[in-house]
Amino acid sequence: MKDQDLAPWPQAGFDRRAFLKGSSAAAAATTLATHATQAQAQAAAPEIVGRQSRLVELKVNGKTASVRVEPRSTLLDVLRYQLQLTGAKPVSIDGSSGASTVIVDGKPIAANTTLALDCVGKSIQTVESLGGEKPDAVVSAFVHADAMQCGFCTPGFVVAVRAFLDKNPGATEEQIRSGLNGNLCRCGTYANVVMAALEVVKGGSRG
Amino acid sequence: MANYVWPKFGTATVIGKRHDRVDGVAKATGTAKYAYDINPAGMIIARLLGSPHAHAKIKSIDLSPAKKVPGVVEAVALKKADDELLFQGEEIAVVAAESEAAAAEGVAAIKVEYEVLPHFVNDTDLAAAKAAGMTGKGGKNISLAKEPGDDDDEDEFTEKEINRLLKESAVVVEGEYGIHMITHMCLEPHGSTCEWKDGKLVAHLSTQNVSGTGPQFAGPLGITADDVTVHCDYIGGGFGSKFAADTWGVACAELSKKTGRPVKLMLDRDQELKIAGNRPSGFLKCRVGADKNGVITVWDSEQWGTAGAKPGVVSEKVVPYVYEPKNRRVISHTIKTNRGLVRAWRAPNHPQACAMSQTAIDDIAAKLGLNSLDVFKRNLVHVANGKAEVYAAQMDVAARLIGWNDKWHLHGKGPKKGSIVEGLGLAIHTWGGGGHTSKCTIRISPDGGVSSTLGSQDLGVGTRTAIAAVVAETFGLTIDDVQVNMGNSKYPASGPSGGSTTIGGVSESNRRGSLDALDKLLAVVAPKLGVTADQLEAKGGRIQVVGSPSKSLGWKEACSLLGMNAIEAQGEYVRGSKDAKTGADSKLSNSQVGGVQMAEVAVDLDTGVVKMKKFVAVQDVGTIIARKQAESQVYGSVIMGIAYALFEEQIMDQASGAFVNCEIADYKLPRLGDIGDIVVEMYEPESEYNRGVVGIGEPPVIAPGAAISNAVANAIGVRVSTLPMTPQRVLEALKGRKA
Repeated sequence: MKDQDLAPWPQAGFDRRAFLKGSSAAAAATTLATHATQAQAQAAAPEIVGRQSRLVELKVNGKTASVRVEPRSTLLDVLRYQLQLTGAKPVSIDGSSGASTVIVDGKPIAANTTLALDCVGKSIQTVESLGGEKPDAVVSAFVHADAMQCGFCTPGFVVAVRAFLDKNPGATEEQIRSGLNGNLCRCGTYANVVMAALEVVKGGSRG
Repeated sequence: MANYVWPKFGTATVIGKRHDRVDGVAKATGTAKYAYDINPAGMIIARLLGSPHAHAKIKSIDLSPAKKVPGVVEAVALKKADDELLFQGEEIAVVAAESEAAAAEGVAAIKVEYEVLPHFVNDTDLAAAKAAGMTGKGGKNISLAKEPGDDDDEDEFTEKEINRLLKESAVVVEGEYGIHMITHMCLEPHGSTCEWKDGKLVAHLSTQNVSGTGPQFAGPLGITADDVTVHCDYIGGGFGSKFAADTWGVACAELSKKTGRPVKLMLDRDQELKIAGNRPSGFLKCRVGADKNGVITVWDSEQWGTAGAKPGVVSEKVVPYVYEPKNRRVISHTIKTNRGLVRAWRAPNHPQACAMSQTAIDDIAAKLGLNSLDVFKRNLVHVANGKAEVYAAQMDVAARLIGWNDKWHLHGKGPKKGSIVEGLGLAIHTWGGGGHTSKCTIRISPDGGVSSTLGSQDLGVGTRTAIAAVVAETFGLTIDDVQVNMGNSKYPASGPSGGSTTIGGVSESNRRGSLDALDKLLAVVAPKLGVTADQLEAKGGRIQVVGSPSKSLGWKEACSLLGMNAIEAQGEYVRGSKDAKTGADSKLSNSQVGGVQMAEVAVDLDTGVVKMKKFVAVQDVGTIIARKQAESQVYGSVIMGIAYALFEEQIMDQASGAFVNCEIADYKLPRLGDIGDIVVEMYEPESEYNRGVVGIGEPPVIAPGAAISNAVANAIGVRVSTLPMTPQRVLEALKGRKA
């Protein structure tokens, strides 16, 4: 099977191609390593019973932050209310809007359906990490292509595009159109998002 | 006083050019703060309890179980015993707690006893609504070329005349067309974060009406509007639904006062869909007569629909849409249903009117075996908004861009590739879009700094960018040189963002204020350059003698001559006002646009799935201020049009009266892969530039429903009568059933 025969996975960021391409041993090792990290994290996490809250540490955008969480606390609520990282947005109850997309251990996930406790020991990257003095190329391309209107879906879209292009740096327009359907926009910025993603692929927008 | 005009055609250096959105990086990196994102220290979270029933009476409300939930701080009832609830989700009580989860738990703990009453949610069946006593007074739009005699009964004469004209027509199309109710579905739900400071309220409100919502808080709270500051730097979608403080906004402010803590109250997603606004449905039955060339000779239609729990309907005044034949009879009926309340939805009335009537025009072409484009063109004789020539020119542009002549085939006669057939369709639209009343303060500081301050908002159109472009153009600067302050009700009042009025309004006030400020600066600079002020101009970052750039001062140096005295000028525009001296209309803004749209679709006859292949939107727009953002408005409108043409509708369970698809996973909207290739073409001969600014937030959202429906009909050879054209409706239409 040739690379181009593989349809891109419809969920941004789940790297079906790399998974299939990699040797089975390497893939298995990666999987085991991930499981091991999770197991360690679980072992390290404090025993929590009922609704009691505890202080835990989360690694967000390269910094360690101490946060107070209940077992039911979502990652999204902790980011927004305790760390004032409000780029990820609450839009849907089930993650079907993509507006709360953040990257955890390299994978895009919906922060509103992820428990904060499950993220202890993992690396969390939010849209804010793509800003700063020299914004990420995806941010610059979104601005240049005017891929935003009200802007409420935009941070989730930026993260999703970043994750998608990390896995598919040479994505074609067709792959972009079939690979970024996890994010919802009501203002109708999709045409501009396609332009922005293509601009990043072509290297037209400096990081 | 300055002469309030734009630079001559072709000489502008900033307006009309392609600029990055000035708040683009803030929006793209999550640093832009919306009402939902504002978290003052000590804040608690409130949530709303809504009615689970479509129609009920409250027997009792017991808040005490909610108050016992750990983390709950306060609970307040918004209704009392014996109050009637008219739709699912109607507000009953609010609970404030230490976290989102505790607030949700508190809401669930409230005990309400209901007396469930019979409900009615059916808006498609006029006879059933009449039988249930749920219809109300509609309106009439009747016009006949021939006048009744003195002795004629008017209704009888109309009936006879319409029937005579139908009989004499070469062809009569009898059709039914409809478009279901949709909701605004703002991604940032309605709501606010409220806090009190020294007895005064600060409401961080998600609003498209920064300058107008203060009094709406003040009244119910028993304070004066002066004691309210409404703040909104960014709003996560409005589309016409966010003009008010709303009951839940006032409840949030009251909870904050009661608890002494800042409170955030945003609607849940299902509440956002159920109670924060809808666009009325419209269903129409018609008989349309035409001559052998497809030109309408007589239009006769009856329409109905619902705006929810209060009477309302798509206006009969805009049916048939844009095309207004002299002989017409349009009758409307309202249907009251136990569904949420209507709010303005991007171009109120127009999308439904277009979808219900320009589809019939396409069916004339189908019935006569004519090219739809020819029929739409010939019927331009019926256009009464003075834009017939513009439409004709735009049709030629659109036809070229979509390849109409190469791709056209008669309805249902195209080639079949497997189970796939393709088709073309078009529709046209119109909208006012004149600027709203707007005030601003333009300031030039001695250090060269420039700012504009006004109580406007950015609904997503790029208001800041447009304002910066206008001010920069006037001062010969770049948009990065201009600081725009907006989103605060303490700033000079600017109108609400509705009716595509914002860019016209803020461009008016900012151009006027900037020109006046520039006059003051030139008066200071003139002696230094040894000329009179009228010999100076601001250009390329300098103040220079017209025609002799060598005699000039850099902007900063020029401003330094102000010493300690910054220049402040008030820019003001009153909607529709004339020039004080000449009595002429403003040259800076205008109203009334047209627009032609064409759709190309592929339909799978086996599955009923419609795929967008290409969509062309040709739009006239007057003077363009921020070109990229203007284009984005058209792209977005087209995509929103694709949404209601193919995907979204409010689905009601007839048995329970429940809105069953009120979550994002169920309320279907297009995703990035569903939109096909969209081509946006601004129609802008010099005459358009010279008209002044006209808003285009709404017009391009009007025609996609009809254009896509017509393309589907062209592809499959039968009409899918009702939007959205879901696969099920397409298959039913193919089977010959009413879909």
